[in-house]
Amino acid sequence: MNRHLWIIFGLALASPVCAQTDQPESEVGDTPAPALPMDHAADAIFDPVSMAAARNTLRHEAGRMTSYSVVFNLAEFRVQRGRDAYRWEGEGWIGGDINRFVLKTEGEGAVGLGVEAGEVRALYSRALDPWFNLQVGIRHDFEPGQPRSYASVGFEGLAPYLVKLEGALFLSDKGDVLARLEGTYDERITQRLILQSRAELNFAAQDVPANGIGSGLSSAELGLRLRYEVRREFAPYVGISWEGKLGDSARFARAAGDRVRATSLVFGVRAWF
Amino acid sequence: MTISPIDRRGLLKGVAITGGGLALPSLFPAWAEAGTAGLASSGSTISGEIIALSVGHAPFSVGGKASHAFTINGTVPGPIIRLKEGQKVRIAVTNTLDEDTSIHWHGLLLPFQMDGVPGISFPGIKPGETFSYEFEVRQAGTYWYHSHSNMQETMGQYGAIVIDPAKADPVAYEREHVIVLSDWSAMHAMEQMRKLKAMGGYFNMSKQTLAGKLKGRDQSAAERRMWARMRMDPTDIADVTGSTYTYLVNGHDSMGNWTGLFSPGERVRLRIINAASMTNFNVRIPGLPMIVVAADGQNVQPVETDEFQIAIAETYDVIVQPLEDRAFGFIAESIDRSGLCRATLAPRMGMEADIPSLRNRPLLTMTDMGMGDMNMSGGDMAGMDHAAMGHDMGSMKMLDPSVAPQVKMGPGVAMLSPIPVDRTGERPTGLEDVTHRVLTYRQLRSLDRNPDSRRPSRELDLHLTANMERYMWSFDGVKLSEGADPIPFRHNERVRLNLINDTMMPHPIHLHGHFFELVTGEAGHRPLKHTVNVLPGGKVSLDLTADALGDWAFHCHMMLHMMAGMFRVVTVRPDGSEA
Repeated sequence: MNRHLWIIFGLALASPVCAQTDQPESEVGDTPAPALPMDHAADAIFDPVSMAAARNTLRHEAGRMTSYSVVFNLAEFRVQRGRDAYRWEGEGWIGGDINRFVLKTEGEGAVGLGVEAGEVRALYSRALDPWFNLQVGIRHDFEPGQPRSYASVGFEGLAPYLVKLEGALFLSDKGDVLARLEGTYDERITQRLILQSRAELNFAAQDVPANGIGSGLSSAELGLRLRYEVRREFAPYVGISWEGKLGDSARFARAAGDRVRATSLVFGVRAWF
Repeated sequence: MTISPIDRRGLLKGVAITGGGLALPSLFPAWAEAGTAGLASSGSTISGEIIALSVGHAPFSVGGKASHAFTINGTVPGPIIRLKEGQKVRIAVTNTLDEDTSIHWHGLLLPFQMDGVPGISFPGIKPGETFSYEFEVRQAGTYWYHSHSNMQETMGQYGAIVIDPAKADPVAYEREHVIVLSDWSAMHAMEQMRKLKAMGGYFNMSKQTLAGKLKGRDQSAAERRMWARMRMDPTDIADVTGSTYTYLVNGHDSMGNWTGLFSPGERVRLRIINAASMTNFNVRIPGLPMIVVAADGQNVQPVETDEFQIAIAETYDVIVQPLEDRAFGFIAESIDRSGLCRATLAPRMGMEADIPSLRNRPLLTMTDMGMGDMNMSGGDMAGMDHAAMGHDMGSMKMLDPSVAPQVKMGPGVAMLSPIPVDRTGERPTGLEDVTHRVLTYRQLRSLDRNPDSRRPSRELDLHLTANMERYMWSFDGVKLSEGADPIPFRHNERVRLNLINDTMMPHPIHLHGHFFELVTGEAGHRPLKHTVNVLPGGKVSLDLTADALGDWAFHCHMMLHMMAGMFRVVTVRPDGSEA
């Protein structure tokens, strides 16, 4: 046989051996992992019923905690031209890491005139990724004379640059479509002194004259609030807030003799437990 | 807070039940009383072949704040159990609580059904019941014991185990002290967990601030923007901090000043155990070098150092030889520098060492995010263009599933280390820049030759995964509660286990019933450990001989991480050919 062929053949035989002795990666073999056992070792020694109960407890204790929290981001008194007002925004949740039941409420009113606008949302919340939750459920507006219900689909979470973002689409029982986008950002001045910037934008797909809502960007609210965390859970604040109706909403408001814009000095407490 | 009359009665009752004859309101066993002359003179060390322990509860106050503790034989910490290698022991544990309890013998090699983990090794100990743990003592060294039920360990249910060697001890010393480190909060651990699930940074009172930025402290503006874009916090070093914890040595805070006595010139062996629930400590004795002689109970070749990090559940034995007739401070500082505990080594009672001020809180770097060794925080980088660098780092993906195909992606996984590096030769978190000597894992060399020199027959990756914002912790993205599969081993199989830390926090990972070799340097004298601290964004390889049949717990020893699901069952079964 040709001498060269022999050399090639010899190399082919030798090379796997060389690879095993020369390469440092061969520090570890490649035996496959064993199959998962079908039994529990302790069942052979202790009462299997007691063991099953203890296993359930262990599984429950290692990751299945039910948690809850209630947060009022805004609970404030507003000093402004004309009648002073109040405003609240809060939410509570209960559940695990992925699935939660969430109640949200927000609203405002003028001192002595009762609630002008108020809503409650009851939502099922599901964690979608490390940062955002999908939230679906119903919204009910309870302002006097104009009660209305909506289906609500939205999201809530933490966006890049640590901006808390929340958005929702609402479909009313009359077929109207509304939307809202809200963001807050906390600038930590010291460990306890925090400046929160907040923006809320409301949109409508159509005019809803009965509620004074015009299509497009209907209203906006911008605020800056400086809070002091006496404790993490209790932080009094002062701030300024601007709110305005825009586009057709502004036109409806003027026609009704209502204020279109208001700037207020706000005093409140951010609290949670 | 003050203790109401009812609470006092409760305390008396608790003491009566457990049969302790201690002076009120102290819950210290005699050995942990300040001013102990050492183990030889201690009254509450239990030894022998038959030992009785009683688990109870009692009010416990630290720094004037009253709360409630789980006790063993009426004390916090529990009594020292002193055994001898080769002896047999029967430890009867009686539960006087109205809830289940258990005791796990941390680091001991024993039959799995004696390991004390409810739901894995046994059903647990019901109220009013007594369970007898019986096993042969197969090793020597410093270990500890603690509850493995619910959150009892976080509330005082722990104690030390000292095992004398059958043959002559290779470590020479004239006196010894046991030092049990722990953290204490009046806030229940489940409530801590709830706060953290509502607000990931709840206990962090050392965040970066605008005021700090204006003073030129901490990260540059560009770095801050980059970390904010990634939704990561470089000050997130400990979940639960000195804002709620008081740190304790043998149950005493700095003011309580636990004091261990010595005579100048004596070689004193300190058996140091970290029994904290959520605190890794940096330990130093200013003015006194420490010679490390054992880690996790296993002898190592003596190595002299000035400071070491002791992760939760680790133990270190050090020899010190104070020559001067003066007090030395034993300083255990939380790694996030939110608090410390000072104890004293002194020739006489009534002496007090200084309490040093807390050092600056460290900042995490891109290396802690698993982006390789980039030395971002090094002072020598000060002149570099941080903005340009930030741009480069930011373009590296921090959540690319292709780097860890086995991890179940989802809300519980916020980060995957793209370039995890072996950090066993590095100084641990926060000690990078101190001017004195700092122990690294690489410096630990087993005194004896490693018992099993076989090549691992396979290797296995396991990712430590988390989302700090949602406070979720898991292995490979799956919590134990989600029905995570066990990790199966064949009996006596030799396997390399690679732990990859995809979080920015060090995790003390503990395997029950076995020692593993830390793969550091060449084989032969690698350190044997039961708990390994995996540094943030890093990886550690362990060579394990699965020589203990049965089911074993494997988990992060940060108690809240364990309770959040960072926990697996390891099974060791006879190989087909063996059966």
